[in-house]
Amino acid sequence: MYAGATLVVLLVLVLALVPLFARRARAVDRRLFLWGGGVALPLLTLTALVPYVMRVGHESRAPLPTDRLSVEVTGHQFWWAMAYRRAPASAVVASANELRLPAGERVELLLRAGDVIHSFWVPNLAGKTDLVPGRVNRLVLRATRPGVYRGQCAEYCGLQHALMAFDVVVVPRAEFDLWLAHLARPVPPPAAPELRQGRALFDSLGCSSCHTVRGVSRGTLGPDLTLVGARRTIAAGALHGGVGNIAGWIASAQHLKPGNAMPSYDQLTGTQLRALAAWLESLQ
Amino acid sequence: MTTPPVDAAQAAPVLHPQSCGPDGLERLRIAWAKPRRFAFFTEVNNTHIGLLYIATGFLFFLGAGVLALLMRIQLAEPGGGFLDAEQYNQVFTMHGTVMMFLFAVPIVEAIAVLLLPSMLGTRDMPYPRLSALGFWSYAVGGVMVFASLFFGVAPDGGWFMYPPLTSLPYSPGINTDVWILGLGFVEISAVAAAVELVVGILKTRAPGMTLARMPVFAWYVLVTAGMIMIGMPTVIAADTLLELERAAGMPFYDATRGGDPLLWQHLFWLFGHPEVYIIFLPAAGMVSMILPAFVRVRLVGYGWIVVAAVAVGFLSFGLWVHHMFATGLPLMSLGFFSAASSAIAIPMGIQVFAWLATLWEGTPQLRPPLLFLLGFLVIFTMGGVTGVMVAAVPYDWQVHDTYFVVAHFHYVLIGGMVFPLFAAIYYWTPWVTHRLLSERAGRWAFWLMFVGFNAAFLPMHLTGLRGMPRRVYTYDGGLGWSTLNLVSSIFSFVFAAGVLVVVMDFLLHLRRPRIAERNPWGAPSLEWLGGLSDYGLRSLVSITSRYPLWEQPDLEEEETAGRGYLPDAPTREREALLTGPLSSEPEQILRLPGPGWTAFVAAVATAAVFAAMTLRLRVLGIVAGLVAAGAYGGWLWSLDPAQPRGLADAGRGLALPLYRNDTGSVGRWGLMVLLVSDAAVVASFVFAYFYLWSGQPGLWPPEPAALPSIGAPLLAALLTLGAWLGFELADRRVRRERGRAAGVCLALSTLLAAGALVVGVRWLGAMGVDPAAHSYGAAVWTLVGYVGLHVALGAAMALWCLVRLGLGMIDSWRRVTLDVCLLWWRFTLPATLLVLLIVAGFPRAA
Repeated sequence: MYAGATLVVLLVLVLALVPLFARRARAVDRRLFLWGGGVALPLLTLTALVPYVMRVGHESRAPLPTDRLSVEVTGHQFWWAMAYRRAPASAVVASANELRLPAGERVELLLRAGDVIHSFWVPNLAGKTDLVPGRVNRLVLRATRPGVYRGQCAEYCGLQHALMAFDVVVVPRAEFDLWLAHLARPVPPPAAPELRQGRALFDSLGCSSCHTVRGVSRGTLGPDLTLVGARRTIAAGALHGGVGNIAGWIASAQHLKPGNAMPSYDQLTGTQLRALAAWLESLQ
Repeated sequence: MTTPPVDAAQAAPVLHPQSCGPDGLERLRIAWAKPRRFAFFTEVNNTHIGLLYIATGFLFFLGAGVLALLMRIQLAEPGGGFLDAEQYNQVFTMHGTVMMFLFAVPIVEAIAVLLLPSMLGTRDMPYPRLSALGFWSYAVGGVMVFASLFFGVAPDGGWFMYPPLTSLPYSPGINTDVWILGLGFVEISAVAAAVELVVGILKTRAPGMTLARMPVFAWYVLVTAGMIMIGMPTVIAADTLLELERAAGMPFYDATRGGDPLLWQHLFWLFGHPEVYIIFLPAAGMVSMILPAFVRVRLVGYGWIVVAAVAVGFLSFGLWVHHMFATGLPLMSLGFFSAASSAIAIPMGIQVFAWLATLWEGTPQLRPPLLFLLGFLVIFTMGGVTGVMVAAVPYDWQVHDTYFVVAHFHYVLIGGMVFPLFAAIYYWTPWVTHRLLSERAGRWAFWLMFVGFNAAFLPMHLTGLRGMPRRVYTYDGGLGWSTLNLVSSIFSFVFAAGVLVVVMDFLLHLRRPRIAERNPWGAPSLEWLGGLSDYGLRSLVSITSRYPLWEQPDLEEEETAGRGYLPDAPTREREALLTGPLSSEPEQILRLPGPGWTAFVAAVATAAVFAAMTLRLRVLGIVAGLVAAGAYGGWLWSLDPAQPRGLADAGRGLALPLYRNDTGSVGRWGLMVLLVSDAAVVASFVFAYFYLWSGQPGLWPPEPAALPSIGAPLLAALLTLGAWLGFELADRRVRRERGRAAGVCLALSTLLAAGALVVGVRWLGAMGVDPAAHSYGAAVWTLVGYVGLHVALGAAMALWCLVRLGLGMIDSWRRVTLDVCLLWWRFTLPATLLVLLIVAGFPRAA
């Protein structure tokens, strides 16, 4: 396709330049220009493209048997909620800002918008599909090779559209099933005193009213944090993971990503911040 | 050639004899002289308005260009800190908005307003005050929208303004209202200019200039104006619905109350895609005019090009969905729109190869205008080729909303419109200023712009393919986008330097001496006969060729000796010839209004009304509204002035009427064209009604008890029918000089229309649907409200005619006012019946 495009451009370039150098009027076959260049050339090009247009990418809309893994992806300003369902009857398990997929398996994504229009795009896996309020769009994905792929919002969705990314982590199927079972379980009670303080702060600061941590809280206004410590990035791809960045994010979320829904908790002492971040980091 | 109606001329003495001597020239000068000092704002002549229009558009181009540079500074490195997210979002929104709405469309219309009358061999546009209104509305409205940037309240929802992001909950500030109201206002002025251009092209061509001899630019502008007539109303309708949702809570786009965000996308792109061709076609028209002058041969394939332009006009309305491939629409419909989008490559290919063939037939002279044209051909072709790629659905799913698309449409728009514009600047500047721009500066500017453009935008294709989305104020350094962005940023400044060279060249050239020759390029088209002056041609010439300056050697002598038509202004009023739309035979002498404050005051007052609505300033809104109403009222009252019944001298022994009361009157033509736009608004609202229903089957109306009654709409329909009938009868009576009976009919028509309004309002009330509760109510209220507005205006027109009838300003001869109002009713009646049928009948059928 790119070669064909280059040829067309070169053809026009040459045709435009030749008369400049051959400084003498020519008798021109007008029919060759108008019928040949004007009609036949675009027509042939378009015809050549038909098979590509009709076939490529259409499997992303293909119907699926209903006993497969489906993930409900909901776009929010400016983060992603993911809810996994292994089979129609099984329970829904929520996560956020990271999509885990079993390698080689076709997965149905059900795309919804929580507020405004977003667009789900993982360039290395499929084209983009919009998340539109009032609609549920389907996208069928099949990632063949394990690895990490970057995804991001591709429809302008407001102030922090630029910082609305996510990771797609493709793992072997057995590993995926283990992970999903792990995700569904309540987090274990903290062992170390610092972690216990962190968990207490999670409640007393009101974190729990917005965030879910399985077995701890049920907030839904912000991302589910059940396995946040295991994620490569936090704040929808705005920062790399790790205890330092988690602490930084809690203290200055509005500075790092102005206009997102999370307030900056800049009144916390260093000890409190470290304890809270450490507990969250321990959720792996 | 023209045959004067001899028998008519002999029947009565001919009024106002014309003189082709110096006394005639003196009167012509006086009639068309520009007013001085503050009266600057009162001039309505197309050369004055056209130049101001172009200058304003170019300033917006520079302003939006600076915004582009700000973005390029921000994106030069990952994590840039030059702008914050809020500023960046306002800047990119305003860059697109200003370039599309305040630069590209206005400036191509402005060029047409400036050049067309001269190309067509007439003295002015048919409605000079309308051009002035359009320009001042655009200038004042545009400046207000642009100024919002300096107050930090600039629109920030993207130039496409997708709800629900732009709905009240997610955009509570006035930023969005600035966009909707400010640009809604500017769009109305674009429609005004389009009315003007259509009627100008069809009715004011030089005698003998048949459609087939029309300069090809006029064809392109005719198609473009037609597209504006149909395209702009859909976005005005979409804007209206969005503002109704924001201000009155009527949920058209809110999915939680039965609305649908995709309704906006359909309406917006139904306008937005033709918009691209609205910008491109006039530019292609300029290319087709400039090219022959530099290759010294006629354009190859004139007929092919005209057909291609018309085909583009039609096709462009059938491919809006290619902006929505990723929204989850069914694959079937995507396939259709993909095919339609690709098909446009054929008429485009025809135009490109017709230009190439013209180059081959001639002996090109590589002066700056031709240089820019060659740049256009290459860049535009590249944009076209990537256009075919993005028309393919699977490819689009990847590159949609990435920098690949940014690169694509800048190739199309900068290649397809900005390069021809700069060719036009180099080409027509001597026509305006009688001075040449510098060849050397032109070459520098071209190479800076050509290299800068390609080096800035070619890498963007790759940036997009590497996954960089559009409209992001920052990006991560580890994604392989950094170097590409840096290159784009650096070369965007090279491009800007090229633009700066042209600006400097233009300013400096004003100090150079004037050139002697009228036609420095030896161009073939009529505008080069006279050059720019207040009155245009000394006398209006007859045309027998498509390339009059090449093929009619005695034309110049005939024109300067005043041996053409209208060499004089015997009554010191401005005059132009009206000719038949097909025959181009002279039909009438059109008296044109001279300088006056009406248009300027009306524009500024209307702008103030829109500003007051945006800023929620009630008092200012009321005061400005009264001033505007006064200005429009006075203006309308001054229309259809008394004209003598006799024939007047038009020169060359031809006597023509000064007034027409049949279907050929310009007033009627103007309203007819405007009603096409109005029909597009009605169609948009009807589309909205059915589209919203299609998302809510079984919930229409949401409460089954609220099914609209049948009796009231039936009564309203009968009353409307009666009101229209009253108007028809009044028209018949007036034709037979039975003024009193006509008055009775008009009074009856007013009463019946008022009755229809009362019944309609009570019906809406009794229906018990809350327009803010569900999209059903919102759609019903909008439809009924819009036709109600028509009936109310119709009633006002009946009263208006009644008053003029009583004052003796309407009679069997002077009855264009009545005729135009009747035309309004002939549109209002079917529109009202259709809407009543849909609103009352459809929920029962569905």
